[in-house]
Amino acid sequence: MAPEEIRSAIIDILGDIAPDEDLSTLDDAVAFRDQLELDSMDFLDIVMELRKRYRVQVPEEDYTALNSMASTVEYLTPKMVDVVAT
Amino acid sequence: MISYPRPDELPDDQRVVITGMGLTSPNGNSPSEFRCGLLEGRSGVQDYEVRYFGKTLAGICDFDVKRHQTRKDARRGTRAGSVGIYCANEALLDSGLDVDNIDRSRIGIYVGVTEHGNVETESEIFEIKGFDYDTKFWSHHHNPRTVANNPAGEIALNMGITGPHYTIGAACAAGNAGLIQGLQMLRLRECDVALAGGVSESIHTFGIFAGFASQGALASHTDATKASRPFDANRNGIVVAEGGCLYTLERLADAKARDAQIIAEIVGYGMNTDATDFVLPNSERQAQCMRMALNRACINFDDVNVVSTHATGTGMGDTLEIAAVREVFGESEKTHVNNAKSFIGHTMGAAGALELAGNLMGFSDGVVHPTINLDDVDPECDMVQLVKNQPREIGQVDYILNNSFGMLGINSALVVKRV
Repeated sequence: MAPEEIRSAIIDILGDIAPDEDLSTLDDAVAFRDQLELDSMDFLDIVMELRKRYRVQVPEEDYTALNSMASTVEYLTPKMVDVVAT
Repeated sequence: MISYPRPDELPDDQRVVITGMGLTSPNGNSPSEFRCGLLEGRSGVQDYEVRYFGKTLAGICDFDVKRHQTRKDARRGTRAGSVGIYCANEALLDSGLDVDNIDRSRIGIYVGVTEHGNVETESEIFEIKGFDYDTKFWSHHHNPRTVANNPAGEIALNMGITGPHYTIGAACAAGNAGLIQGLQMLRLRECDVALAGGVSESIHTFGIFAGFASQGALASHTDATKASRPFDANRNGIVVAEGGCLYTLERLADAKARDAQIIAEIVGYGMNTDATDFVLPNSERQAQCMRMALNRACINFDDVNVVSTHATGTGMGDTLEIAAVREVFGESEKTHVNNAKSFIGHTMGAAGALELAGNLMGFSDGVVHPTINLDDVDPECDMVQLVKNQPREIGQVDYILNNSFGMLGINSALVVKRV
């Protein structure tokens, strides 16, 4: 998956986890927690959905990489390079 | 029997009254809608399909989840939590309490449940089946969803209530048990307001349908609305339903001080145990339980105008309950007998609380709702006072006795009085 496809996949996941949020105005450079009402269980949801949908494992020591959209896409790009977008 | 003081001679801070109601049932999402459904003979039972089990029938609620809950919280929580949140918010609004300024540390939440956690556990097992049962795909939400206090805890989270909260596991006596617990906590001054009653999400677990089917106790009928038929000769089992009903309870002194609407006073209750069988009821113990409630209310059997029965539509259960009702009430012409499950099915943990709600408006309109689907009354279940198919105007209703019984031989009866 290309970075823009990974971003789209994360938006889909966020749409399910935080259905009350307006994701169209998300600023990729700003931490998710500073613009969305997300708590630790929500971040675990992101990790779980990446595992379920794309078989991508995010080890606990890497959770800080999921801070913002930009950092998440940067972190996932090498991990998802062989994942085919559906 | 123990001798109790007459309820009307108790000090007002020991008398407990209902000042608000919130409910969702398969045929109505407010007390007035539910009451109209019962008086108009409107069933809430529909065709239904559940995972693994397949096609069946159920009582299904269609309340607006988003009225009091964000979509995110509904997704994270449980159906029982959403039912409870809806009912609790509605009950508090109905009470007229100043919800913005009330001391939320003095509100207690007491929610009866028949069971909890089956729905969520079944769903997770279904989910990981798609991943070859690899438990790495098991949700981190599983534990907070399945802890036994979940429905009450979700209400507390939603409403910012910091007083005590817990569920009361009491099989299908749970709705009454929740109310009794709330009353007791008010008398002990553990809280100033109690949100009490029961909820059920049971239609979302295939296990309850499969279990009743294996037991030969699951209702079937070509017309869903005819399937729940307590006391009818052709009854063939239980219709499982979801629902919820929570009440705002307060001490009479507090209700008077704020000039609150007072819907009814809880003047008596009984809880006891059969200790005879896992599933078969015990008529003698049920009669004893009803007498305990009458004794605490300091009234005679013929003071009761309405007996709301627990009967679920099983062959043995209905017969045994009617035997107990006959034993206690004889042929009292003043005492009318009805059943709400014939309309909505068995709402399990909510049943006691919901079925009481269906009768409370009788205090103001003097009407007893019927038992429907009585096309051919079973002679063993027939009583002169059984209200069959059509509502009965009786003039004045002063006392209602509400039965609710459950597996493992748990019995409850509640007596409420017109104020």
